Formats: sequence, C-alpha cells, structure tokens
Amino acid sequence: MNANENNPDLKAIDASCRVPLLALFGVAALWLVLGLLFALLASITFHAPDAFAGCPFITYGHLVAAGNDLLVYGFAVPAALGVILWIFARLSQTELELPIVSVVAANLWHVGVLVGVITVLCGGSSGYAWLEFPRASDALLGTAFVLVAVSAVATFGQRKERELYPSHWFLLAALFWFPWILSTASLFLTSAHPPRGVAQAVVDWWFSNNLIFVWLSLVGLGVAFYFLPKLSGRPLNSRFYALFAFWTLMLFGTWLGIPADAPVPAWLPTATQFASLLLIVPLLAVAVVVKKTVFGAQLSSRGGPFCYNLTGTALFLLSGLMLIISGCPKFGHLVEFTWFGPAQAQLQVLGVAGIILLGAIYEIFPRIMDAELPFKKFVGVHFFLSVAGVALWVVPLAIAGLMQGKSNFDLAAGKVGLMIASTGLLLLLLGALMLFLNIFAMTLKWKFGLAKALITAVKAPLATPEVKP
Amino acid sequence: MKNGFGVFFAVAVTLGLSWLGFVVGPVIQLGSAKQTAVLVTGDIWPQQRSGDATLGLQVYRANGCAACHTEQVRQDGVSFEVLLTKPGKNPEAVSNLVSTLKLTDLTKEEADAAADQINTAGGKSETHLSATGVDITTLGWGNRKSVAADYLYDNPVQLGALRVGPDLANIGVRKPDANWQLVHLYAPRAYVKDSAMPSFKFLFEVRKAGSVPSPEALNLPKEFAPVDGYEVVPKPEAKELVAYLLSLRANVPLYEAPFTPATSKP
Repeated sequence: MNANENNPDLKAIDASCRVPLLALFGVAALWLVLGLLFALLASITFHAPDAFAGCPFITYGHLVAAGNDLLVYGFAVPAALGVILWIFARLSQTELELPIVSVVAANLWHVGVLVGVITVLCGGSSGYAWLEFPRASDALLGTAFVLVAVSAVATFGQRKERELYPSHWFLLAALFWFPWILSTASLFLTSAHPPRGVAQAVVDWWFSNNLIFVWLSLVGLGVAFYFLPKLSGRPLNSRFYALFAFWTLMLFGTWLGIPADAPVPAWLPTATQFASLLLIVPLLAVAVVVKKTVFGAQLSSRGGPFCYNLTGTALFLLSGLMLIISGCPKFGHLVEFTWFGPAQAQLQVLGVAGIILLGAIYEIFPRIMDAELPFKKFVGVHFFLSVAGVALWVVPLAIAGLMQGKSNFDLAAGKVGLMIASTGLLLLLLGALMLFLNIFAMTLKWKFGLAKALITAVKAPLATPEVKP
Repeated sequence: MKNGFGVFFAVAVTLGLSWLGFVVGPVIQLGSAKQTAVLVTGDIWPQQRSGDATLGLQVYRANGCAACHTEQVRQDGVSFEVLLTKPGKNPEAVSNLVSTLKLTDLTKEEADAAADQINTAGGKSETHLSATGVDITTLGWGNRKSVAADYLYDNPVQLGALRVGPDLANIGVRKPDANWQLVHLYAPRAYVKDSAMPSFKFLFEVRKAGSVPSPEALNLPKEFAPVDGYEVVPKPEAKELVAYLLSLRANVPLYEAPFTPATSKP
C-alpha cells in the first residue's frame, strides 16, 4: 500500500468506523459459520437420510432454508453494509456520520436474523424461497437496513470530492433497491392477504432474483471496482465501461427469475428469456473493465485481498454465464428443476458476493482496529479454502444437475456430485472459522484494551483540588 | 454526474420498470383470478380443499417439503390419435383402410385427414388429444401441464424449484392410498428402496399397544416396525399432510391445457 495510508486523517476516518463495523462484521462472521454448518448438515441428510429423523427442528426442509437465509441475511447483507459504510467514508474523505445509528441498526439487524432463524427451525417458515423469515423479522431487517443507509447517505453527502466514483453508483443503487424489494415482497407475501394463486410465486421469483443476482452483484461489483484499482495501484479503466455495466445490469438483470415452464401467462417467462440473452452486455462490460484495469499490474498478492476481489469478479462472469445458458430454451429445459439452479445461486452468494466481501473485510478490518490481524496467515489460507470450497461445492452440483436432467430426475444420477459438494462445504466452513477466529481474537484484544484503560482511569489518583486556606 | 439526485432518479426508473412488470402487472393480471370450468364435464375447477387438507398444506410448508418436490408439470406439445369406434356398413373396407393408416402420434391436420378418410369409407371415429413431454409421457407425473388456475386455493403457493423427489402435482391420483402415504412418511425406504427422503418420524407417535391395537396403527414392514407390543400411530399433523397430498389431483382438462380424459375412451 502507498504511504498515504499512514495519514492521520485516514486513521481518524478508519477509527470512526470501528464500532459500527465491529457490530456488523462480528456477528456476520458468526452467522457465516452457522449458515455453512446448517448447509453441511443438510447435505449430510442426502447421504444418511435418517440422521436427524428424531429431531423435528433440523429436518432437511428447515436446515436448508435456515442455512440459505443465514448466508444471505446473516452474512452477506450485514458484511456488505459494513463495507459500504467504510468505502463511503473513505471516498468522502470524512469521518462516518451518525455512527451510533449504524451501531443500533446493526444490533437490530442481527436480532431480526436470530428471530427469523429460530422461527424457520421451529417450522414457521413463510414457504417462499429466500423470504422464509416471518414478517416480524422482515420489519426488523428493513428498519435496520434503512438506518444504516441513512448513516451511509449522510456520509456520502459530506463528500469533499463532488464527482461520483463508479463504486458510488453501484452501492447507492444497492442501498436503494434492497428496502424496495424487501418491503414489496414482505407486504405482498408475508401479509394476511397475499394475492391469489401464482401471482405469489411471480412476486417471489422477482424478489429472489433481485436479491440473489441483482443486489449481490451490485454490491460485489461496487466493492470490487473500489478495491481492484486501489490495490493494483492503477486507475479504474474505464469509468465509461463501469457505468455502462451498471446501467445494463440494472436494466436487464432485474427482469430475470421467471422459470421457462412456469404455469403463468407466457409473456412472463418470455421476458425473462429475452433479458437473460441481453445479460451478455453487462458481462462483457465488466470483463473489459477488469482486463483494462488489472491486467499487467505489477503486484504480488498471493491470496491477499486483491486475489479475493479479482476472483470474485471472475466468478460473477461465470455466474452470469450460467444464467444466460439457463435462459436458452433447450438447455434451460434440460436443467430446469435440477441442482443447476441452486448451484448458480450458491455461486452468487458464496462465490461472487462472499469472496469479494471476505477480501474487503480482511482489507478493512486491520485498518479500523489500527492493529495487525492476530492470525495473519489465515487470510491467504482462507482465500484458497474459499476458492477450493466454492469450486468443489458449485461445480459438482452443476454437473449433478446436468445428469439429473439427462436421466429424467433419476435420484442416483447426482449422488456422487452431492458427495463431493459436501466436502466443498466442509472447506468453506473451515475458512469461515478462520475469519471468525481472527475477528473474535481481535475484538477480545480491543475490549481488554478498553477495560485496561478504564481500570487505569479508575485507579488513577484523583487530582486533589488545591485547598485554599 | 455530480448530482446524487439525478442518479437516484434514473436508478429509481430503471429498477422500477421491473417492479411494474413483474410485481404490479402479474398481481393485476392473476391476483383476482377466478375458478374456471372443466372441459367436457363443465365442473368448476379448482374446488376448495377440505379442512384437513387445508391444514395439511401448512404442514407441507412448515417442514419445507417444497425444498425437494415441485408441484408443476411441464408439457412440450400435444399429439392426436384417431380411434375407430364403429366399422359401419362396410367393415371389411374400413378395416383394410385402417390397417394402412397411421393413427397415433399425429398432428391436428393428419388426424383430421385420417378421420375424414374413415368417415368417407362409412366408419365412425373419435379423435383423442393427449399432452406430450418428458414429465407426462416418460415420467407419468400428470396428463397435462400445470396452469395458473390449479393454485387458486393454495396459500402459500409452493411450486418448488428442485426435483430431488418426484413432482406432486397429481400425487393424489398416482398414490391415492392414505395408508401408503402414511407409511411412506414414517419410513420412506419401506416402499422406495433408494429414497433420499428423510423420515418424518416426528409426525407419528410410537406408543404401547393396548389389548386391541389401534385401528390407526401403521401396518409397517418388519424391519421398520417398532418392538413387539408397541404401535405407530399418526399424529394429527401426519393425517393432515396426507389429506393435503391426496388433494393434489390436477387431472382435469382445462381450456388452457386440453386433453381427452381416459374415462371417455371406449
């Protein structure tokens, strides 16, 4: 990193983010561990179907929903919020505005996730994919998100450089879009009077696609477009392509999500198929930005935050391609209702958003704490575990999907794939534990430091007032 | 652009378009859908579920059954078949004619032409329509595609997105035996050897059998049965879930998804 980073102003900016980001990242790391554990237990059910037969809480349907929700609502969203706050403070060259609001919001958010997960495990799932949490949870999550967004936008408003940087565009759109989709889905679906019939399914497909594909991509690309130039020491090349990717991603990406053979009026799946074809445009734009910005950069970052950001962006291209080919009529028909769909969603959650956000956290965390990570080597190890884990989890799952489609849903077809996928999850879980250990140890150290300072302050002899005779 | 408001406005319009298209549009188009008439019989479709089955849908939701089962059947197209019903006054000529004609797997035009030829020869024929597609022809998971009207009384609608297990859109037609369903929920591998379905033992009660065994006790194969003197009886949730499964019977021809029902075949 350049010498600029020791600038006292930057240290003050980083310090102003410390408590809110600790509140967001700390629990997010715990949810990540728990979410992957649930996903692993769920995948074990395939190899030993009766393993948890006696315990209704962890039957497969509960585990898989709770695991998915923990990965998205527990880890990805709060981690993204923390990273957005820090990037906005840095881009504005000003200390974080309203930090206390973010701290309160972070705690509200995590309470919302806790309530949601307990409800799902007790059988209270709403039954809508990616929106399994009950309405009480949605309300907490929505409120918390808006509060963090207020703090972020207030910081944005104080920016010294008025010109917007491309990351601003992606991240502001993300801050704006999440409350919109969550409130729409929650008001329509988890209310007492949802719309009749398949309109429910359409709203849920729209919500899922906008959360998993559009929102996570906006966040992932916004963060990567900030860190890739910064860490490679070259300017974003070019601003035009980045903004082109931004607009086309929103314009086309938001129309995906309706399955080709869904029992709905034909114009809905047709719109999705058309949009998925056009998705090639933002993918190409992102590829151009990455090539022009990073290729040829002289840097050795073996498994460092730069590798996380670059890999995550490359995985975004892969995930987009998977969506495009599922939009092709023949191939789409083959992989419909197979593991191919979940493989793409998991790639988006754990690969694109997950890996980019992990890299950002490893870059940001030592700065806001103004200290080295306690287990510095874990950063590189976690990178290789993440890449191997995502590869072993997503690729066999996608292949299992193909075989499932080819064999007309013969159960035995994908079994080997599922077995390998379980080991992928195990690697991801190990990596998540490393992140958790790093954050936990550092927080503990910081709290001890605070306690020590407090004790010295208490023990210090009081300044005796001068008594005048 | 230096102004955040300009960006905000443009973003709102771009994103709002998909909201209008995929939320407002479908809710207006489908949200007030009404029951429709079944072809041929003119019955009303779909019928409201019984109380037990309505509760069972909630058991289905609570246990996340839709994680592994879809409730939607896909269809690729239709095919026609011409059946000779009456040979008429000149049976020999008609039977000679029929033996030269291709009468199954026809398009609409071919079927009409074949029927015309039979009629001209003095015979009487019927043209039958059937839906085609992997789900229907190969897997036998229904006799037509699923349509929007099928889900009018589902709340929540659980179409599912992954088929680890079979599609359930007409499981009530394929496996109408409630006892089969109960045993399968308690011990899936009692009937389907390699099933990956987890056992739902917690929907059942294993209790000491009285002097007379309960009439509700499951008739389990030996390796899945409890020790002697004990019996397995379904809790209310299990009975409701089975009532719901048996209520899934999407097997009537509708305007959007026509076919000739088996009962009217000679």
